[in-house]
Amino acid sequence: MKTARLQQARLEISIAAVLVGIYLLFIIGNPKVFTRFDIYYSFMSTIPFFGIMALAMTLVVTLGEMDLSFPSVLALSALMFGKVFTSTGNIWLAVLVCLLVGLAAGALNSVLIVRVGIPSLVATIGTMFFFRGMVNVIAEGKGISFVKAKGTLIYALCVGRIGDVIPAQAVWMLLLGIGFWLLLHRHKFGSHILFVGDNMDSSRMMGINVERVKTAVFMQMGFFAAFAGILSTLEVTYFWPSQGQGYLLTTLAAVFIGGTSVFGGMGTIFGTFAGAIIIGSLEAGIIAIGLTGFWIQLIYGLIIMVSVSIYAILLRKKT
Amino acid sequence: MADKNSHTPLLSMTHIDKSFGEVEVLTDVDFKVGHNEIVGLVGDNGAGKSTLIKIITGVHPPTSGEVYYKGEKITLHSVKRSRELGIETVYQERALADQQALWRNVFAGRELIHKFGFLKVKQQKQETNALLRDHIGFTSKAITTDSMVLSLSGGEKQGIAIGRALYFEADLIILDEPTMGLSLSETRKVLDFVRNIKEQGKSAIFISHNIYYVYPVADRFVILDRGKIAGEFLKQDISQDDLVEKMVQLARTGKLN
Repeated sequence: MKTARLQQARLEISIAAVLVGIYLLFIIGNPKVFTRFDIYYSFMSTIPFFGIMALAMTLVVTLGEMDLSFPSVLALSALMFGKVFTSTGNIWLAVLVCLLVGLAAGALNSVLIVRVGIPSLVATIGTMFFFRGMVNVIAEGKGISFVKAKGTLIYALCVGRIGDVIPAQAVWMLLLGIGFWLLLHRHKFGSHILFVGDNMDSSRMMGINVERVKTAVFMQMGFFAAFAGILSTLEVTYFWPSQGQGYLLTTLAAVFIGGTSVFGGMGTIFGTFAGAIIIGSLEAGIIAIGLTGFWIQLIYGLIIMVSVSIYAILLRKKT
Repeated sequence: MADKNSHTPLLSMTHIDKSFGEVEVLTDVDFKVGHNEIVGLVGDNGAGKSTLIKIITGVHPPTSGEVYYKGEKITLHSVKRSRELGIETVYQERALADQQALWRNVFAGRELIHKFGFLKVKQQKQETNALLRDHIGFTSKAITTDSMVLSLSGGEKQGIAIGRALYFEADLIILDEPTMGLSLSETRKVLDFVRNIKEQGKSAIFISHNIYYVYPVADRFVILDRGKIAGEFLKQDISQDDLVEKMVQLARTGKLN
């Protein structure tokens, strides 16, 4: 007998096993690096930038939709963060504007998808270019320094080092992970996302406001892309116009390695969290165990193929 | 049987017209459902049955005409509104989500929640369990509140959908082709679920194009043909064979007599 809980548990055990397996390999391959704290400190400072977006993306994919525009949304909102900060010197105002830009970008996506009726994959290819284009036009290739932000409370809250050892962004990712888990699995809104992603017509018949659910999901994606923009900009105290571009595939890979179904109706926050850790530690791990950088993409691909194959087999319907 | 306890019918629709663009789907339809009455709404595919239902449930507004429920004139402009009034629909597609657990399906769109919208998971599971065992009468241990819908048979899915409607205290349950695509034994189960509605003192509209399934459970039959009411019969006034005969004639000649 198939139960939803059992299926979810199997997926999450598989992803946990993959994570443990990879780390065992790393520890055996290079015990000097992987038994010391430094490498984990480094992971905790870099993974959250795309990890937080992967958490938000899990809701989008669970809904049966796709968003390719978030790296551009990250750049556009980070640019506005910089513009407001340099012109007013008020970092709180800059944060507010940045998050509002993220929400507005998400709102534009949802207008195209929900009101105009463009498939989300296509619509967000359009907005991906459009938002990046806005960044290029406004920034004219120039970066923005955030050195003045150092020493502000916002800086400490976002990317400070707690007790000099734990990067604050890692705490954010952990808290947001718990928050997203509660939202998707224990909240009415999450129940609606699952239902709409599973069967849109049934949801409509049951009185779920499908349009509102979709709008909210795309807007939170924009919001958390902006938040990741604040974190990643403050971490290096610099904004550059191509910011976020490297996060597109790592974010999506984290979600799919995590086991969330591209067909919608099934999503796992735990899986995405573990997936983000896997994706975020592969590069350093591969180098540490003595392979050259040429191996990185090959191993990324291998892990994605293996993990999604496991899920496909686990989810295979009895006929 | 019908209308004995009350003078005003439960649902009364008068002069309903509905067109989609240039296509007129319903023309001057009058339709009533009494208290504790099962009405069989029959007609060929494309006769306008589903459209009439969607007007009752608030999915589509009528182009013109009036709807009265429990004697009061109402405008049904949303599924939510019609539900608040006590009208529940069991759709042909059953309005279930395959990969979700039963406890989520039963409460879809009407979750039991704490403050801030968090689900009362335990309570939803308890209520779902009570619904499975008592209202629907599932005895199989294989079906639990955690079961996914896709592991149920067609008849069982229909049982969940009807049980869900009863659970939410609907006075009027609309069944849209509930036996579609089901085996004979599964169909028999569904007919028992429909009798259950009658026993619990509620009303239902049973839509089907198959008289053999509607006849045993309905009190009255309304025949819809090309967007118009072609005829109405009480069960006591017509035998199953005569009703079938009339339907065949209607299909052939476009007239009942």
